[in-house]
Amino acid sequence: MLLRIWAVIQKEFIQTFRDRRTLAIQLAMPMIQLFLFGYAISMSVDHIPTAVADQSLDAASHGYVNAMVASGYFDVVMYVASHHDVLDAIDKGRVQAGIVIPPGFDALVERGDAQALLLVNGEDLFTSQSAYNAATSVAKAHAISILMEKATCAPLAAASQSTLPLDARIRILYNPNQDDLWFIIPGMLAMLLQVQSITLTAAAVVREREVGTIEQLLVTPIRPAELMLGKVTPNILISIINLLTILGLGVYWFNVPFQGDFWLFLWLAFMYVFSGLGLGLLISTVSQNQRQALQLIGMFTIVGVVLGGFIFPRYAMPPLIRIAGNLFPLTYFIPISRGIITKGVGIESLWEQVAALFTYIIVIMFFASRAFKQGLD
Amino acid sequence: MTERIVICTQELVKQFNTRGGTVAAVDGIDLQVRRGETFGLIGPDGAGKTTATRVILGLLRRTDGRSSILGHDSMDDTYAIRACVGYVAQQFALPGDMTVMENIRFFANVHRVGRKERRQRIPKLLEFAGLDGFTSRPARLLSGGMKKKLALACSLVHQPQVVMLDEPTLGVDPVSRREFWNLLGILRAERELTIFVCTPYMDEAERCNRVGLMYRGKLIAHGTPAEVKGLVPGRLIEFTPSDFDRAMALVTGLEGVLEVQTYGLMLHVFVDETATRQQEIQCALSAQGITCKGMGEIEPGMEEAFIGLVRRARDSQ
Ligand SMILES: Nc1ncnc2c1ncn2[C@@H]1O[C@H](COP(=O)(O)OP(=O)(O)OP(=O)(O)O)[C@@H](O)[C@H]1O
Ligand SMILES: [Mg+2]
Repeated sequence: MLLRIWAVIQKEFIQTFRDRRTLAIQLAMPMIQLFLFGYAISMSVDHIPTAVADQSLDAASHGYVNAMVASGYFDVVMYVASHHDVLDAIDKGRVQAGIVIPPGFDALVERGDAQALLLVNGEDLFTSQSAYNAATSVAKAHAISILMEKATCAPLAAASQSTLPLDARIRILYNPNQDDLWFIIPGMLAMLLQVQSITLTAAAVVREREVGTIEQLLVTPIRPAELMLGKVTPNILISIINLLTILGLGVYWFNVPFQGDFWLFLWLAFMYVFSGLGLGLLISTVSQNQRQALQLIGMFTIVGVVLGGFIFPRYAMPPLIRIAGNLFPLTYFIPISRGIITKGVGIESLWEQVAALFTYIIVIMFFASRAFKQGLD
Repeated sequence: MTERIVICTQELVKQFNTRGGTVAAVDGIDLQVRRGETFGLIGPDGAGKTTATRVILGLLRRTDGRSSILGHDSMDDTYAIRACVGYVAQQFALPGDMTVMENIRFFANVHRVGRKERRQRIPKLLEFAGLDGFTSRPARLLSGGMKKKLALACSLVHQPQVVMLDEPTLGVDPVSRREFWNLLGILRAERELTIFVCTPYMDEAERCNRVGLMYRGKLIAHGTPAEVKGLVPGRLIEFTPSDFDRAMALVTGLEGVLEVQTYGLMLHVFVDETATRQQEIQCALSAQGITCKGMGEIEPGMEEAFIGLVRRARDSQ
């Protein structure tokens, strides 16, 4: 049995290394994707081109605008006269956001009911959200600093003031740039690893069937499970290399600190790869050709990313959708990945997800080996 | 079952479920292949040769009936079958990106051929197949004939007692075809290998010890090539008419004419008795102003027998 598996492994490695170009793509693609996504995502949230309609032009308004610019989220690209001009600039796509400061801002701040208006282009979800969040937190920070200033000058007056001088209703702890990538990269790692492991396996098996070589393999004494194991071995290796490169890029290039236990993470990620391999095998048994397999993989990835909590938090989903999310291994691994990388927690806080992931792997491998056909029909 | 029977099927049926209903690709065939013989399963495209072979090998599940190789049931003892049978699929089914040597080594390894035997056998097989100069060439870059020879070599590496070859000379030039059959002849003589071969070519049928004629999933005749040829009644007359279409229509209606087949520009006519019928045909044709060249009796070949038998089967269905 081991000899036959070894024979299949050798064959798969020969074939993998013979197709150098595909191998290069397989090794480099997740890195390139992470690189692009990492930048695309971190750039969409800061340096939002902004128009300013400062109708006060006094010290308070300057201070406020400066605080907004200093946050790094807003780049003032034009100064306009009125609220109307700001809308116009957003409509024309020249800016994504606008700050409108009413006349007499100084006095309003003094009285404690200053309200600066922030207009954001809502077309782009990420921009508007981060602009919104940034604006509120900047306003708040700014308001506090004004208050502190006042307090040092005239302690009594400040103490009697019950509200902050600048409006900031929502309180978000926001550590811009970094927090975002800290949140995204562990999820992305989970996603890319999954896509890679599913695709490699499904493609390898379906290709065998499509070109007909499966027929000649099936008349040898190789058992289906042996063929399966042999076929996924090079893919495990490629996936592990992907894992390490993605992680390296995240930590050393995007400066996402790795808080937890590296070896624990590596071990769990290794197990997680098996869920993708199992899914790939399952997909390969239901699809007749590579196109069908790719369609299924595409569907699986997109739905998995949405339901697995990569973008939208799972606690906000309706129960039925949340249950559907359990079909995707991403759902179990994202909390593991974020937990270990970002939060630095150990297995004691993750055992629920780990248990779920292991159960998932066992179930999927069971179905995959059942479905992996012995014959041609 | 006697020891001499290597491949045996009884009422073997294989149906496919298609959108248009079930199709019986193999529809109740009984055949027996004896040890050491070369058996040819002959039939036109779509007759069900490939399907029958696959079911016997256990690659497809049978719908009904029984089949076995060397006493191992096709469905229940598939792995016993795989250990003692070699198979060459109809289409080239070896990994094309692996070299000749890698391919043959792979098949040796999965059959767990020991290192020592491997070192002896592989060079011998490669030399036998005429591939010893091409060991490092990727299989997909081989010519059609060499691909078939490589597939044959790979199927022999575990020294099977039986080989099943599905149209082994498909898409191969006549010279290579002859070479391939010479290889089979050597195998039969030296190793007493039982060879089961599917082919649509009649000249290859003549090289078999026994043949089975398959048509639309059924075995319509079987026996030695001579026996099969003897199944077609009558004698055969051959000639080249000056007006082919009219001559054919005319001859078909004549008394004593059993069957008319076309053969290039010639007509092959089966008659109940040679001398008088030949005379009558000549008269009838010249009455219509049709001359004919080279009229004479010939021995019916496999091809004529085959066409005659298929036609008869079609008419009776
Ligand atoms: N998987 C399948 N599903 C449905 N029908 C099939 C399937 N495989 C074969 N058939 C049908 O069964 C019949 C016999 O096919 P088969 O390939 O066995 O013929 P063959 O004698 O090998 O022909 P050829 O000389 O073309 O190889 C054909 O009509 C074919 O369409
Ligand atoms: Mg066929």
